[in-house]
Amino acid sequence: MTETEMSAQLISQQQTVKFYQTGTFTVGNRLLDKEFRTVQATQERSNSIDSGHRACQGCGQALGARYALDTAMRVTGDKIIAANATGCLEVFTTPYPETAWSIPWLHSLFGNVASVAAGISASLKAKGDNETRVIAQGGDGGTTDIGFACLSGLFDRNDDVLYICYDNGGYMNTGVQRSSATPGGARTSTTMPVGEHPGSSFNTGKYLPGIAMAHEIPYVATASVHDLHDLERKVEKAMSFRGARYLQINVPCPLGWGSEPSQTIKLARMGVESGLVPLFEAEYGELTNSTKIRYQIPVEDYLKSQRRFAHVLKPANVEQLETIRTLAEKNIRRYHLL
Amino acid sequence: MWNLSFCIGSSAAGARTYTATASQGLLYMMEAVYNASGLGLPIVMTLGNRAIGAPINIWNDHSDAMSVRDAGWIQLFVESNQQAVDVHNQAFKLAEALSLPVMVNMDGFILTHAITRVDLPEQELVDQFLPSFVPRQKLDTHSPLSIGAMVGPDAFTEVRYLAHHKQKEALTIIEQQAEEFAQMFGRDSGGLVKSYFTEDADIVFVAMGSVVGTLQDLINDLRSEGYSVGILSLRSFRPFPANAICNVLKNVKQVIVFEKSFAVGMGGILASEIHMATQRYADIQDMKISSVIGGLGGRTITKKSLRKIVEHAKNGQLDSEVFMDLEGSTVVRELKRQQHEQTSGPVAENILRDMGVVSASKTH
Amino acid sequence: MFQIRIHGRGGQGVVSASELLSVAAFEEGKYSQSFPSFGSERMGAPVQAFARISDKNITIREPVMNPDMLIIQDPTLFQAVNVFDGAKTDGYLLINSSKTVEQLGIDEISSQYPKNHVMILPATELAVKYIKQPKPNTVLLGAFAALSHMVKIPALENAIRGKFAKKIADPNIAATTAGYNFVMNYLQQKTQKQGA
Repeated sequence: MTETEMSAQLISQQQTVKFYQTGTFTVGNRLLDKEFRTVQATQERSNSIDSGHRACQGCGQALGARYALDTAMRVTGDKIIAANATGCLEVFTTPYPETAWSIPWLHSLFGNVASVAAGISASLKAKGDNETRVIAQGGDGGTTDIGFACLSGLFDRNDDVLYICYDNGGYMNTGVQRSSATPGGARTSTTMPVGEHPGSSFNTGKYLPGIAMAHEIPYVATASVHDLHDLERKVEKAMSFRGARYLQINVPCPLGWGSEPSQTIKLARMGVESGLVPLFEAEYGELTNSTKIRYQIPVEDYLKSQRRFAHVLKPANVEQLETIRTLAEKNIRRYHLL
Repeated sequence: MWNLSFCIGSSAAGARTYTATASQGLLYMMEAVYNASGLGLPIVMTLGNRAIGAPINIWNDHSDAMSVRDAGWIQLFVESNQQAVDVHNQAFKLAEALSLPVMVNMDGFILTHAITRVDLPEQELVDQFLPSFVPRQKLDTHSPLSIGAMVGPDAFTEVRYLAHHKQKEALTIIEQQAEEFAQMFGRDSGGLVKSYFTEDADIVFVAMGSVVGTLQDLINDLRSEGYSVGILSLRSFRPFPANAICNVLKNVKQVIVFEKSFAVGMGGILASEIHMATQRYADIQDMKISSVIGGLGGRTITKKSLRKIVEHAKNGQLDSEVFMDLEGSTVVRELKRQQHEQTSGPVAENILRDMGVVSASKTH
Repeated sequence: MFQIRIHGRGGQGVVSASELLSVAAFEEGKYSQSFPSFGSERMGAPVQAFARISDKNITIREPVMNPDMLIIQDPTLFQAVNVFDGAKTDGYLLINSSKTVEQLGIDEISSQYPKNHVMILPATELAVKYIKQPKPNTVLLGAFAALSHMVKIPALENAIRGKFAKKIADPNIAATTAGYNFVMNYLQQKTQKQGA
């Protein structure tokens, strides 16, 4: 029995309503007892990001940010302050004089959000406020490249901040340039599918959850927008720790990935099921839990619905496909995903 | 970078916030310097003024302060350690009154590393002078607020204009607060400008920072020898107190602007701002302004060299642009080489190469 | 205004000595100022520090160009630096060494100073005796007090207690007193000799 099935069974034992479709995802939240439903399933959800913002259709980041922050709001009794790096999330939520945020929110620069959040946390501490919690958020560019030094400093000092990185594998806001989180082989405007090695180079880039773990901070986790229960549980867990915490949420980007807006959730799920997006948790530098792959799929199933990988599936580039397959296998081994 | 960013978060969340930096550290946080003033956060930052490389140099001059002169901060300069104590108290009051960050400039090493006698104000008096910080808006879960939104072409001009207006308002507030401080603490630490023997002076130095102390010492000597020399010390550089400056300088025949930095390819920064101010002032005619650059990268500023400047000025021999104590032979040698051999290379290392020094192990 | 320039090597407490001097002068109600020759020097490199003592407020910020008192903490500097540059020959010269002026090769310069204005004492040896470390600075401060009368021993003692914990302050105060007594004894003997 997989862990998901086990937890479904545990939940069902406490249920008055029986699952008729146990083992599928279609059962949804509505059949669960209220306390087991996700925050997003309730009509009273807090909507940290309100409707009317300017995100693209099918934006994974808009979903990921709302899911995470709504959960943090529930856990803290709405006592959160968020700092935001420059990027899509910042731009689409705050076209002056409008704002989509229902929580106190501050944007300063592209590369300093970790420090700004640490400053907010210090300010609260100085003023004797132990209740209000601080969340820093940025895209993968602001996290793995531009804001890397400030983020490492946050981890080093173990400041009381939850840092959430919405990872869509590139600078989508500025025209889909490669970041150090862009997956190998992917097409971006700076790694075009031309020449001998089309797309982003393999053996480059950095994996920030691993770097965060190396800092031995209290909590590191990865999540995906397709699995609300898993995502919300991880945010809740993160909020139970004090000190520096890092959560990386995989958020598909229809613009940058060349995918259908309607396929965002499905793509996020396929990324996880292919093994290319490992979901796990780590405490103080040690792996403590992995979210198992339920139905493993071949990587090409995940790649084929994204134009950024179109060249990888051509017969001439079979080596690239093989490399991507190897990466998925490595993830599965390293994070015990099966 | 993280230093001032930390302060941005702290100040936005409503705490009175202070930091200090110098030189390359300031340049490393440059983005945040503009950001803090744009967000209107009343942060106080001490800048221990130092040079900027390359060539790397850790010593005093004003290159760092000048590199952020357009960043929207209030920039105050102090002459002495006592002024540093007094002006920091005023800086918080000023920052919080205007909702603008204030940079207190004190000369690196010369003041920051000096041990000297200062009167520390009583805590009770300070609390009276500077009440608790109550920001109008802050990050607060009781009244959520979004700060730092993207402002487009439709409102950006207005936001920038208001920042300029605020700085102009500061011209009045700085004077008021300096007066209030003097009354409360019984010590005058200067308002926008501070003048020394300027009333009847033919020659007046305009300067900022600790060199004013050395100039005062020199002028005490010169006055007893019959020279008619004075000093105008700028305590506020941003906002630029053009009227206050011209009021002091209006009857002066010769102005010597002494500064510890310059705009490469243009010349003295303070000198050109003094030019601009005096030209706009109707009462001023036939004033000679000389720009003297000195004390770069910690070069010792001696009374002896300053005295020579005054003597040259008195004899009408002072050029419009002077680099004090410039080592002529080094410059001439390098310029000569460049005449017949125009090749690239870092300046400091080119000079060494001409002297036959290339590296520890090799000479060419 | 009395101006002091101290020459030594990084690690010998040159900067601390100038600081202690200015604090001691302050303790006695005088105006004072001290600062190092700001460098990025490492241990062993030549360093300088400056101090000024005055009855009036001190505004000048230039390094001490014409010292009334020149303190040489390390005589090996004679080969490396022109320590005498600008020194006032009607001032004082205080040198840490167990050699004579002739052995040090500075007899020509020292002969320009007035009688009893040049003092050579084995400060390093005294430091090793009292503080178990070859740091001659506090011994020389005591010697400075005896030679110049610009500060008194109790003020130096307060300055040392203000800067260091008791464990370090106590032996350093003993070293300062030893330096002071060394000079006083020497001057007394000389006067007696001249008297006889």
